[in-house]
Amino acid sequence: MSTPTPPLPRWADLILLPIINLFAAFFICGLIVLAIGENPIEALGVMIKGAFVYSGGLGYTLFYTTNYIFTGLAVALAFHCMMFNIGGEGQALIGGLGAALASFGLGVYLPAPLAIPLAVLGAFIAGGIWGVIPGYLQAKRGSHIVITTIMFNFLAASLMVYLLAGPMLEAGQQSPQTARLAESTLLPKMADMLRPLGINITSSPLNASFLIALGAMAVFYVLVWHTRLGFNIRSVGQNQEAAHYAGINVARTIIITMAISGGFAGLLATNEILGFNHKVVLNFTAGYGFTGIAVALMGRNHPIGIFLAALLFGALTQGGGELDFEFQSITREMVLLIQGMIILFSGALAYMFNPPLARMIAKFVAPKDPANG
Amino acid sequence: MNTALELKNVSKSFGLVKANKNINLAVEAGSIHGIIGENGAGKSTLMNIIYGMHRADSGEIHFGGQHVDVRSSADAIEHGIGMVHQHFMLVPTFTVLENVMLGTEGGLMLRDGRGAALERLLHLSETYNLKVDPHALVSDLNVGQRQRVEIIKALKGGAKVLILDEPTGVLTPQEADQLFEILKVLRDDGVSVLLITHKLSEIMDITDTVSIMRQGEMVGHRKTSETSPQELAELMVGREVLLEVDRKPAKPGEVRFSAKNLGYTNAQGVVELEDINFEVRSGEILGVAGVSGNGQTQLMETLAGMRHLTSGSLNILGTEVTAADQTDPRIIRDLGVGHIPEDRHTHGLVLNFEARENMILGFQDTGLAGDGKLFDYTAIQKNCEDKMAHYDVRPPNPRLNAKNFSGGNQQKIVIAREFSANPGVLLVGQPTRGVDVGAIEFIHKQLLELRDAGCAILLVSVELDEIMSLSDRIMVLCDGQNVGIIDSAKADRQTLGLMMAGQRQEAAA
Amino acid sequence: MADFLYQLLLSFDATLRIATPLMLCAMAGIFSERSGIVDISLEGKLLSGAFVAATVAALTGSAWLGLGCAMLAGIFMSLIHGFACITHKGDQVVSGVAINILASGLTIVLGIALFKRGGQTPSLPREDRFTPIEWWGVDMMDSVPVLGTIYRQLISGHNMLVYVALLAVPLTAFILYRSRFGLRLRAVGEVPEAVDSAGISVTWLRYRALIVGGALCGIAGAYLSIAQGGNFVREMSAGKGYIALAAVIFGNWKPLSAFMACLMFGFLEAATTRLEGVALPLIGEVPTQLMLAMPYVLTVLLLAGFIGKPRPPAAIGKPYHK
Repeated sequence: MSTPTPPLPRWADLILLPIINLFAAFFICGLIVLAIGENPIEALGVMIKGAFVYSGGLGYTLFYTTNYIFTGLAVALAFHCMMFNIGGEGQALIGGLGAALASFGLGVYLPAPLAIPLAVLGAFIAGGIWGVIPGYLQAKRGSHIVITTIMFNFLAASLMVYLLAGPMLEAGQQSPQTARLAESTLLPKMADMLRPLGINITSSPLNASFLIALGAMAVFYVLVWHTRLGFNIRSVGQNQEAAHYAGINVARTIIITMAISGGFAGLLATNEILGFNHKVVLNFTAGYGFTGIAVALMGRNHPIGIFLAALLFGALTQGGGELDFEFQSITREMVLLIQGMIILFSGALAYMFNPPLARMIAKFVAPKDPANG
Repeated sequence: MNTALELKNVSKSFGLVKANKNINLAVEAGSIHGIIGENGAGKSTLMNIIYGMHRADSGEIHFGGQHVDVRSSADAIEHGIGMVHQHFMLVPTFTVLENVMLGTEGGLMLRDGRGAALERLLHLSETYNLKVDPHALVSDLNVGQRQRVEIIKALKGGAKVLILDEPTGVLTPQEADQLFEILKVLRDDGVSVLLITHKLSEIMDITDTVSIMRQGEMVGHRKTSETSPQELAELMVGREVLLEVDRKPAKPGEVRFSAKNLGYTNAQGVVELEDINFEVRSGEILGVAGVSGNGQTQLMETLAGMRHLTSGSLNILGTEVTAADQTDPRIIRDLGVGHIPEDRHTHGLVLNFEARENMILGFQDTGLAGDGKLFDYTAIQKNCEDKMAHYDVRPPNPRLNAKNFSGGNQQKIVIAREFSANPGVLLVGQPTRGVDVGAIEFIHKQLLELRDAGCAILLVSVELDEIMSLSDRIMVLCDGQNVGIIDSAKADRQTLGLMMAGQRQEAAA
Repeated sequence: MADFLYQLLLSFDATLRIATPLMLCAMAGIFSERSGIVDISLEGKLLSGAFVAATVAALTGSAWLGLGCAMLAGIFMSLIHGFACITHKGDQVVSGVAINILASGLTIVLGIALFKRGGQTPSLPREDRFTPIEWWGVDMMDSVPVLGTIYRQLISGHNMLVYVALLAVPLTAFILYRSRFGLRLRAVGEVPEAVDSAGISVTWLRYRALIVGGALCGIAGAYLSIAQGGNFVREMSAGKGYIALAAVIFGNWKPLSAFMACLMFGFLEAATTRLEGVALPLIGEVPTQLMLAMPYVLTVLLLAGFIGKPRPPAAIGKPYHK
């Protein structure tokens, strides 16, 4: 590459570049919709209406957003430690197991104010365990975290199929699922929570887990940028050898990071299981763990960014469902395609537009000397 | 008259850094031409441009009088350029022969060209005395042997110009002499040799002509016979240099730091340090000299707790540390040991962290980061501002990422951090590597001040001059062993050179 | 006893059928990973290949055209991977995840748009598929005890793509260790600088490795949808790409060892279906999930160094910067 690239201004790097990448992803998807013979603008309109305008649409959107916040935070925390946690899917599944065990084991004996925190903790710890094993294997035995977490996704799926179809199967049930969880561990719906305050919203699956997600974002922020552990995590992530030099226990930091990361993913179960399904069903994670990668990449591993990206994906998921009703040949799977494109453009091709953009801005800002050499 | 290689107005930038600015250079056929300059002067970039690894932003390259567009190393090789890189370009899992064949296999199947390649290899190895077993795995070869493989690779296509980038950094003076003999034979065969180095003595010993680079620019061309080390040094750094440091005699106090039969064997079972004994007293500097790669890095890292010693013991300010103790850098640091690591980019700094964060790296658990559970960024900012002012770090901006400071200022950040902690013992590795001259003087002065304040300092450097001018006593390492410790007043290049090659001296200290 | 042997033989036969796509994908993974590119997108390429093979075969009535287009589809996905991680030096794992999700979405979206059958393609008539090939003299060999059965069941009677997969293994080994391309490929996965300084383009070399891998995944996909099966079903790759990747790691990035790993993983799955509900002596009934999860368990144990020591290519996962 012959021409030198001036560095991108901060605002362009943080705002303009992600928008351009997003636009590129939507543009390609639009072309595919066009090729299928439908109108992409119309499709986008249907999705936006479905996500925000229809009664209850926003509730559903925020319900999905909650899932993406959890998995996005999980991936992002690991990224800060330069660990690639593709295991959000499995960690969330096992989080569901943890929530169920806490609910069946303790929840039945306790009132809601005690039982709910215990069930939430159960989800966090179980997810954390599923994250900490790959973390330990990476830190102490040198197994590559990417491969191990992929394998752990499959292991979690196998384990859940075995448990839900066997030991934990609800008596008299055909489809693999557990019995209804203890009532005291179920999270209240947002609509029910707001009604006593005089606020009436359309009932939707949106529940108290959304508040847990907002809390998790705050915890994430303080943890990463304002604690010693966060400093250690970022040091290990940016430069393991310098971290070692600085007296940071690299292996322990990796293990702790993966435990918390897995825990964040496990919290997804608070939304899907404690807040919505009220029992553990098969495959309730539905790819949220993988999409968490896109959320973290788009959100630049920052809680605010993650929230915005999660909102986008929440809207896509909810709006995508509307496609089924409105169109003959495009369905909710269109959203998968958009997700893939977004990961491609804002992740793998993140800096493709960087050099041309930087050159354009440089020209615009200082038009006197565009040529170099 | 007969020019083998000519550069006209070659420029190259990386981002905003201009690595090469309007370089002009002409190399005579059948001569040894030196390129000298400090670390970071742009020598390697220039060579990589000639060899096609980098592309010049502008300017022309002529081989044998013919303008050539060098787009890749393939173009350079085709025009008879061979290069021995500073970091060897060898595949360790391949045999010597496979490495030599790579790129010139002589057919779609390896079988087709293997015989001819072997013949060529043996011929070159015979002609230039480059002894090496063609069927040995490269991972089993030592550094000297690997360099020979690199030379064979560079010569295999009948190179007319051979570039060597800092070839002696990893060699003993004796091995370097052997290399120079080979280069002379090559010159007499009509090959032009381009020797890149930052060592004045090598330039004076072997080259016919020399070009001097400074901060990306070519600042002079000389016939070696018509110049002096003093003039070259001045051209390199851009002003008159004081090769001597103003050092008052040491007033050594009590022993603060000592090693007894210290040994280190790595995870692969290779003995890297053996039976090292020394002591460092308060108020003195013990220099560690040696050809790079002879255990200095391992010594520093073992002393700093980054590796576990496997035998013997250390005494650090009264605390005994043996192989049975699981030390780590945290424990050693807490005993009162400061550490300026050899490589600030890999160890001393987190380049993507702000300066203020780097200023607490290693001290993140102390009050420097705030007294409570959470970080106190006001205190962190203040701490950084104070130290930047005291150590003259420029620009004095605590929010700037470490990677955006110049080499000298990065080193000052590390030094500010480690010196301010008032260590009882200080380990210093390559304090001035890649640092501009102004900063070198400053760093040397600070080191001596710290010594006079009573700190016990162990100094590792590959720059013999630096060791000789700063140390009170000098320990020489060869092959992971302590060859001897001599008083620096009695040390000269000759003696140290022999010791670096492994000749034991009667310990004079 | 004879019955047991016959059952075993049938298991081997099933093993081979299950292992075929694994073998092809594993060889693809070896090409890619030995060149230094992490390839978790085997799954997505396999899925794309399966979809395109079934679609083209259904539209044109030609299995051969289906196979050819499946290979092109695999190559196309590889080129996206290459564009992201070779040309733009993007993260190889992120790119792989993107391709897997893209493949998953694209196959369903296009499938619904084309055939309106909820993502499936129409079932192909027998003559439009790759059908089992009866080898010469099967009937004659029948009279020979044991060998005759082996010949009929195990050696003869597979479709062409099974034999292609079996050939792909020695061919991969041959290319890797005996050819110029193989030497350079192995070198670029270890020390790309060495390849660059020898005047060979790192970029083009890695692209070629990915292209070969894409074609192999395409064949594997065609095997799933127009040889073993007769149409494309959503998500029909069902993790086989990941198992193939596990086999590559298990085989220490060597073709023959990876082949053995594929056979082992295939056998585990074949045995699972046969052992379902059967109590084994000493062990009792083994949960099928445990059997199916064995490849993953074994790979995790191997990576952790509990069984042997994996030695991945030194430069894997790192984009090459000059």
